[in-house]
This record gives sequence, C-alpha cells and structure tokens, in this order.
Amino acid sequence: MAEIAMRAAYGQALAEYGALNLQVVALDVDTSASTLSNIFARRFPERFFNIGIAEPCMVDVAAGLALGGFLPFVNGFASILSLRALEQIRTCICYARTNVKIAASYAGVSDFKDGATHYAITDLANLRALPGMTVIVPADASEAAAWVPIIGEYDGPVYFRISRAETLPVHTADPPLQIGKGRSLRSGRDLTLVATGSMVGRCVLAADQLASQGIDARLLEFHTLKPFDKELLLQAAEETGALVSAEEHSIIGGLGSAMAEALAEGCPTPLERVGIRDRFCPTGRDLDKLMDACGLSIMEVVAAAQRVLARKKK
Amino acid sequence: MKTLSPEKINELEEIARRLRVDSLRFIHRRGAGHPGGALSAAEIIAVLYFHALLIDPSNPDWEERDRFILSKGHASAVLYGALARRGFFPLSELDCWGELDCPHQGHPDRFKTPGVDMTSGLLGHGVAVGVGLALAARMKQQSYRTYVLLGDGECQAGILWEGVMTAAKFHLSNLTAIVDYNDVQLDGPVHEIMPLEPMANKWAACGWHVEKVNGHNVRQVAEVLDLATNIHDQPTVILAYTTKGKGVSFMENLNTWHGIAPSTGQLEQALVELGEVTHG
Repeated sequence: MAEIAMRAAYGQALAEYGALNLQVVALDVDTSASTLSNIFARRFPERFFNIGIAEPCMVDVAAGLALGGFLPFVNGFASILSLRALEQIRTCICYARTNVKIAASYAGVSDFKDGATHYAITDLANLRALPGMTVIVPADASEAAAWVPIIGEYDGPVYFRISRAETLPVHTADPPLQIGKGRSLRSGRDLTLVATGSMVGRCVLAADQLASQGIDARLLEFHTLKPFDKELLLQAAEETGALVSAEEHSIIGGLGSAMAEALAEGCPTPLERVGIRDRFCPTGRDLDKLMDACGLSIMEVVAAAQRVLARKKK
Repeated sequence: MKTLSPEKINELEEIARRLRVDSLRFIHRRGAGHPGGALSAAEIIAVLYFHALLIDPSNPDWEERDRFILSKGHASAVLYGALARRGFFPLSELDCWGELDCPHQGHPDRFKTPGVDMTSGLLGHGVAVGVGLALAARMKQQSYRTYVLLGDGECQAGILWEGVMTAAKFHLSNLTAIVDYNDVQLDGPVHEIMPLEPMANKWAACGWHVEKVNGHNVRQVAEVLDLATNIHDQPTVILAYTTKGKGVSFMENLNTWHGIAPSTGQLEQALVELGEVTHG
C-alpha cells in the first residue's frame, strides 16, 4: 500500500496550490474532515466556505464565485456530487462554462464501511456524458497531488475523482501527466491492459502474473476519461489485437464503455471489461476484500486477459 | 432615499409598456415563449435596467457592474427587450428569435446575449449562484450588487432554499432577490399547486430582510430596491405582488398563458389594449 491515502495527498496539494494561486477558493458540504479540504480551510479560512449538507447549492455557489473571478474547488462525496448535484453541474458549470473544479472524493467503493448508498460506481458515466466536462481519475496518492496544479491551471470544468483510501502505488513521473493523454506504463505485444484509478496498481500486478504465464501484456493508464485518448488506444489495438479494461466503476458508461465506443468505430478488436457488473455492492470490512468481491480482483484481470487472448486467436 | 420625479415615473411606466409590447411581438414572431411571466415582470425589469442597475452597455464585462440573474429564465423575452432598449444589442436581432442562427436562445445564455450575467433556464439556481457572486464581490472589495429575479413557482424548489440559507449565513447584504409573485404557474394557481404562504415569514425565518410591494408600481419597486442598499448585515428579498399576463385582459391570471404564443389576432388585440395601436 502507498504511504498515504489519496484524499490526504489531494488535501495537502490543494492547500499548497492555494498558497501559490490566490484565486483558489474551496467549498465543502460538511465533509471537510473526510475529503480533507480542511487542510486548505485551516490555512486559508477566508477562502473556504462550508455550505452545509447541500451539494447542489455548493455547485451553484461555486459557479457564482467563478463568475466573480475566483477559481473554485468544490469538495464532497462523489456519490452525491455526481447524482444529486448533476443538474447543477450540467447547467451552471458545463453549459454556463464556469471554471469550477469538482473534487469528488470517496469515489468508487472506497468508502467500504458505508455501503452502496455511499459508493460512486456510475459517476464516470454521468460526468463523461456532459458536453464540456473533463474527467480525470488519478491512480495513486502522488498522482492525485500532481494533478491539482495541472487542473487548476486548465481553463474549464474538471471532474477529479478521488479515492478515500490508499491505492496500490504506481509512482511514475514518466511520461509526465497531460490532460487527455494516456500513459504507457509497460510495453507488451500479446494484449493490452487499459486501467484507470485504483485498478492501475492492480493491473501492474496482473501484468506480472501474466508474464509468469508467458503472456506479454502491455499496460496503459488512462487517467483522463474525457477527452479520451483514442490515438493511444487504437495504436494498442492494432499492435496487440486484444484489450482488457479495468476500472473501479460500473462496466456501463465508464472506461470500458469509452474503449468499446472508440474501438467499434476505429479498430474493432476483442475487448473484455473488468468492472462492477451492473449491481449494487455490499458493505465491507476492508477495501481490498471488497474490491475483490466486486469483481475487481487481480485474478479477474488475469482471467479477462486469458479470455480475450482466446478470442484473439480464433 | 431619493424620491423619483414624476417624469422618471412616467418614463419607467412607458418603458414597462414597451417591454410588454416587445415581449409579445418577440413571442408571436417566434411562435413560442412565455408571455404570462414576461408581462408580470415588466415593471420590475424596467426599474432594474432603467433605474437601479449600475451597468455600462458599451462595456458589458465591466468588472464593477451590478449583476443581474434572471432566475426565472423563461421570462427571457422581457429581459431581451430591456437589454436591447438599454443598448446592449439592436432590437432587430430578435427578429430571427427561434431561428438556428439567432444568437439569442430560448432561455438566456451568457455567451450569446450581451448583458446576460448568468445562463439560466431550469428553475431554482438564481439565489445560490448570486451567493457566489456576492461572496466574490466581498472578497475582492468590489462595490457591485447582485440582483436575482425569481418566479414564485420556483420557490417550491429545494435548491432555492439551500441558496437562501447560504446567503443568510454569510450576511450577504449586497444580494437582493425579487420574487415576481403572480400566484400562477404552469398547471394552475401557485396557492393550489404547492402553497408558499406564509412566504414573508419563510424568508424572514431564514434570515432575510423582507419587503413587500405592488410589483406593477414602478415608484414602489424603485424605492424598495434603493432601500435594500441601506440594509446591512443581511440579504433583502422583495415580494413583488404581480398579475400574470398583466396588461392584456385575456391573458391576466390565466395559467394557460404561461408558455404559449399569441395568434396574430390575439397579438393585435393585445397591442390595442397596451396602447400600441388604435382600433381599426
């Protein structure tokens, strides 16, 4: 496991970015002790607004602050932001093109103790469908921190998906992070694993297991689900002829869907999707076991790779 | 508080009359729109754009300008009339309203219509967005005020009250909301669809300073907007009692005129009633 939780790295990075960019304001909805926007709040109380348990209102207030010349980061739980506040995000951020950053914490099933109400497993589908939205999913704590100034300097709405927990560390600074550009983390010729968020680290281990079986798997990290790096994906499809997607999200509407759309139009190629199979997930005692139970285990990735290889050979 | 001269009162009343005529002509030409709520807001919009708002049509992005959000975005026709007559763009741009190449949208779009400070349409957002603008003004130590025009029906939305509580929490005395309280919404009377009363008590209980006016009396509307600038430590809401479809006998108080365009014959009759054309 990584040294710190992704949310802790984000909270620290937001405060550091706030020290550099005086236009940054942060808002939260009575969850600052959870999202860790309270690190920013303690350092810059005059630039922090606690809106109470009212995510739609927080989004609208942030839109107004952006109109007034500030750079708002809204903080809350991904499950509520991406559902209850979705209309505000659509109308007052995307359509009205206000420069608001949505830091959506406790994403996926990372709030493992709280159960299905608190899990965000359709947020990528919801947000990816909105015109004008950029969707970014960091793979580990250090990557989450590195993104904060990048999305801050980018002019436009961003949905930034943050895990409550530690994820398996990927720890790579190379190639550098660039919005809309996937990263090749491992070369390979037999098939390509394409992962986002917490599944990147799991896919690193899956690729090792596949190697021990004599299977040479390429690994791509797609931190940006929108805009989608079709070029990198289609190149991998052409060169390896088989793909597996892996995401801590429903198989409907997220990374796997984005890949299926791009592949169907650009280079029809066998694809197996690893994700949550259109169901609500239970409460868990620890995140690793919960993710395994949700169909996100390393074994599932290996099995999907074997299935897709069999389809490729037909 | 300065008193309006009789000449200024006459001028504002005449502008309101013209905005009614504009609204009905735009809506008739387009064959779509919301006449009832445009007519009920004519005096409020006239007083805002020709008395209260500190704006500069030659510099619509002026940082210190007062901000206005038409939270009841469906009353776009009356806003477009006011912006055009105030000089933000030629009135003739509305000739093609509804055509795909017309910049001006069914509901206000801040990138497409000069002078529109915030895109609106779906109801309920105005106060919460206004809170953000008002907070920004305070942090930047800018003197601009933010005005939000609400429909009464949208006061049934939860998001509205989230914004109301937030404005009070931050003591945003630079924020003024006006409720166009015509008591008619799409499906029928507001007091039947989902009663709002006791409306004044609700706003007051949420920490707002409350004023009530006849929303068709330009002097009263102007005076209370001026008065709000002298309320410190809390936002002000003006409950402006109005008549939906005001000024056109066959539209008044009828929910059926919420969102349909008049026929050519109906427009002609309306223009007679509004003193724009004479009989025959």
